[in-house]
Amino acid sequence: MSKSNFSRRGVLKTGAIAGAGLALPTYLRADGHSGFTNAPQGDTVKIGFNVPQTGPYAEEGLDELRAQELAVEHLNGMGDGGMLNTFSEKNLDGTGILGKKVEFVTGDTQTKSDVARASAQSMIQKDGCIMINGGSSSGVAVAVQGLCQEAGVIFMAGLTHSNDTTGKDRKANGFRHFFNGYMSGAALGPVLENEYGNERRAYHLTADYNWGWTQQESIQAATEAIGWQTAETVLTPVGAGDFSSYIAPVLNSGADTLILNHYGGDMVNSLTQAVQFGLRDKQVNGKDFTIIVPLYSELMAAGAGSNIQGVFGSMNWNWQLQDEGTKAFVKSFGEKYGFPPSNAAHTCYVQTLLYADAVTRAGTFNPCGVVEALEDFDFDGMGNGPTTYRGADHQCFKDVLVMKGKENPTNQYDTLEIVEVTPRAQVEYAADHPMFGGAEASLGDCNPGA
Amino acid sequence: MLGLNSRDLKLFLLVVAMTMLAPILLNPFPADSALGESFNAGYPALLQRFVIFGLLVIGFNILFGLTGYLSFGHAAFLGVGSYAAVWMFKLLSYNVIPAIILSVIVAGIFSVVIGYVALRRSGIYFSILTLAFAQMMYAIAYSDLVGKFLGTIVTNGETGLQVYADDPQILASPGDPVLPHLFGLEMNAQTVLAVGGWEFTFQFGYYLSALVMLAGFYLSIRIFRSPFGMMLRAIKSNQTRMSYTGLDTKPYMLAAFVISGCYAGLAGGLMSSMDPLTGGERMFWTASGEIVVMSILGGVGTLIGPVLGAGLIKYLENIISKINDGILHQWFAFMPDWLDNLLVTIIHPFVGKGWHLTLGLLFMAVVIFLPGGLMQLGEKIAALFGRKTKSDDDAKTGATEPAE
Repeated sequence: MSKSNFSRRGVLKTGAIAGAGLALPTYLRADGHSGFTNAPQGDTVKIGFNVPQTGPYAEEGLDELRAQELAVEHLNGMGDGGMLNTFSEKNLDGTGILGKKVEFVTGDTQTKSDVARASAQSMIQKDGCIMINGGSSSGVAVAVQGLCQEAGVIFMAGLTHSNDTTGKDRKANGFRHFFNGYMSGAALGPVLENEYGNERRAYHLTADYNWGWTQQESIQAATEAIGWQTAETVLTPVGAGDFSSYIAPVLNSGADTLILNHYGGDMVNSLTQAVQFGLRDKQVNGKDFTIIVPLYSELMAAGAGSNIQGVFGSMNWNWQLQDEGTKAFVKSFGEKYGFPPSNAAHTCYVQTLLYADAVTRAGTFNPCGVVEALEDFDFDGMGNGPTTYRGADHQCFKDVLVMKGKENPTNQYDTLEIVEVTPRAQVEYAADHPMFGGAEASLGDCNPGA
Repeated sequence: MLGLNSRDLKLFLLVVAMTMLAPILLNPFPADSALGESFNAGYPALLQRFVIFGLLVIGFNILFGLTGYLSFGHAAFLGVGSYAAVWMFKLLSYNVIPAIILSVIVAGIFSVVIGYVALRRSGIYFSILTLAFAQMMYAIAYSDLVGKFLGTIVTNGETGLQVYADDPQILASPGDPVLPHLFGLEMNAQTVLAVGGWEFTFQFGYYLSALVMLAGFYLSIRIFRSPFGMMLRAIKSNQTRMSYTGLDTKPYMLAAFVISGCYAGLAGGLMSSMDPLTGGERMFWTASGEIVVMSILGGVGTLIGPVLGAGLIKYLENIISKINDGILHQWFAFMPDWLDNLLVTIIHPFVGKGWHLTLGLLFMAVVIFLPGGLMQLGEKIAALFGRKTKSDDDAKTGATEPAE
């Protein structure tokens, strides 16, 4: 036991603690006067780019970051302006957003929900960001979207393809420009019917997580609608590395088509191993065995090399498109970095510009104003043709690209060719579609925070 | 006072003062200055992590520091604690009290089962067994195998468990906040104090976590100084000899394991209370490894060392990882261009996504030059200034112990 003496220092210390304690309930929440979280002060506005810089999707993340930096340059009037020149709205004049110069901070999500949320929290609480953009996984997108909703900032999702992001997990403060699993299925269905007929038996290998499940559900529905049978659906762990034990049973199942609902490194590995097993040289039920990869990306195509030749898949956007918006973006990205942008980069670039434009049209950074400006907003000139941000679920509706691995690539970036630009009408669905949470799914109310 | 000797009391009061004043101490630079933008760590989310991970390693230290049994699967208990808490939010209400209580109970149950099996072996085999259990639990949570078996959602797989508007929440009344709260006081309620260029944010959630952490810290001091703690140390020094004297060490081991599991569960419950979403990655083996690294970095077996280690790692993870080339150029803007570029090239690999490299080098340096962790550094500095200090472990030597 010790006796305690009340020294001067001790009393001062206790006083300070008590003072802090007493000040606590005074509820002066952040920027209480402006009416919303992180209202920009002074002549700058800060946005946060939260992308995976390490881990399995780091390649996508770093490409997103390049595009985001480019977007900030264009917003601040540097460079050639890129898509600002082709965008159907002409509110952005290179003086930042509402006359405030755009600054940005970056964070590493590591493709982990916890880390991504920690990083987003630090952007909101420490750096005072008014909008968070980026990401390369649906799990992370859903997690960060929920956080932004609670904190009262806008979340402009990056690469996230799961139906849930704007389905059962949709949030009023979150917006997705990227397409989704349902759209991939709807776009691929008719192309596959033309190419392979109506009598196929499909075997699914699916990455065992949120995105994989909805992707498989979507493509299965689409293929069954054209008369295909589903032989079996098998879930594989994310990041498995070795898929040989999953591929060996495929031939014995009597299936003549393998659908790989994998992404990133998983897709590169499973496709490569399937080809090495000689699946594509086989004949089953009198037909050539074939492989389909519903979601493609340039980076995956580069990783899988010649194995993707002739394999069908879908994309949100591709640099080979010939519209003015795409040309402008590819030109300024190429001049800055020396290679064409991926579709992950494109979606983040567009999202940043769309946010800036929405703020300008709303005349305020208040998230509720931005939500109103983006809901049911029609635009064009961003590389995807006429596009609508649907108000009911904050999903963008636009044409979808059906791609095929190129048989004779001429250079290392020329790995995929565009088979068809599926018109938007064909991939549309009702906001209360059962794959998107049904009638129960709701955005909730927009949250301006403070 | 408080049943502590004067040394421990001083340490405890110091920790109390540090945690209470952390929002001020960790914001040493004005908010708008370049240094402040890069190095200030006094924002609520990070402060919460400091104390929650502090609590986690305090518990881990009771097992690893006292008995020397290296559990390599401690993150699993953190995970089940978080899941339990979120389920309480989903089923009962957003009040954090039931969530925190259940998270401790559930983690306790899991640690009894895992501890009972794993403690049949010691040394490396014990570590591997705990690692195996943790990885099994990670795989189950990440693919929601239990949920698939039952045909419902238990962990919600990779997406993570969160609260939806249509969840039952049977105890919630209409006017309640839709965020975790303590009888109506929201976790993110905060007050901002602006003094000159400085901005200090005092957040309720942080202070709640800090109080729980202090309670946990106090309990850990009492355990360190108790006969039970002495028994655990005896196990560390020679378990075989303990057995030969006719003493069954297993109940002591199991008790230490369960206590440290409960600490982890409590930390998990708090983590969910601060941020009501939890995912399987929290249980991955790297998370368990991180706990071990935190302890070793700070000083295993010392009372406060592991907490410092936890703070250092979380600081690097959240602060250093956000420094990018743009910020570096801003710092060196006053230098000639070639020097600026040279310095940025040199520093680039160590910041941003390279923070792991910085951590690795730091860890190597500590293990090689300071086997006693950061606490040893503190002692060395203290010795340099001629003040006689003894490590926590020696503090007990003054008291006489009855011989066997």
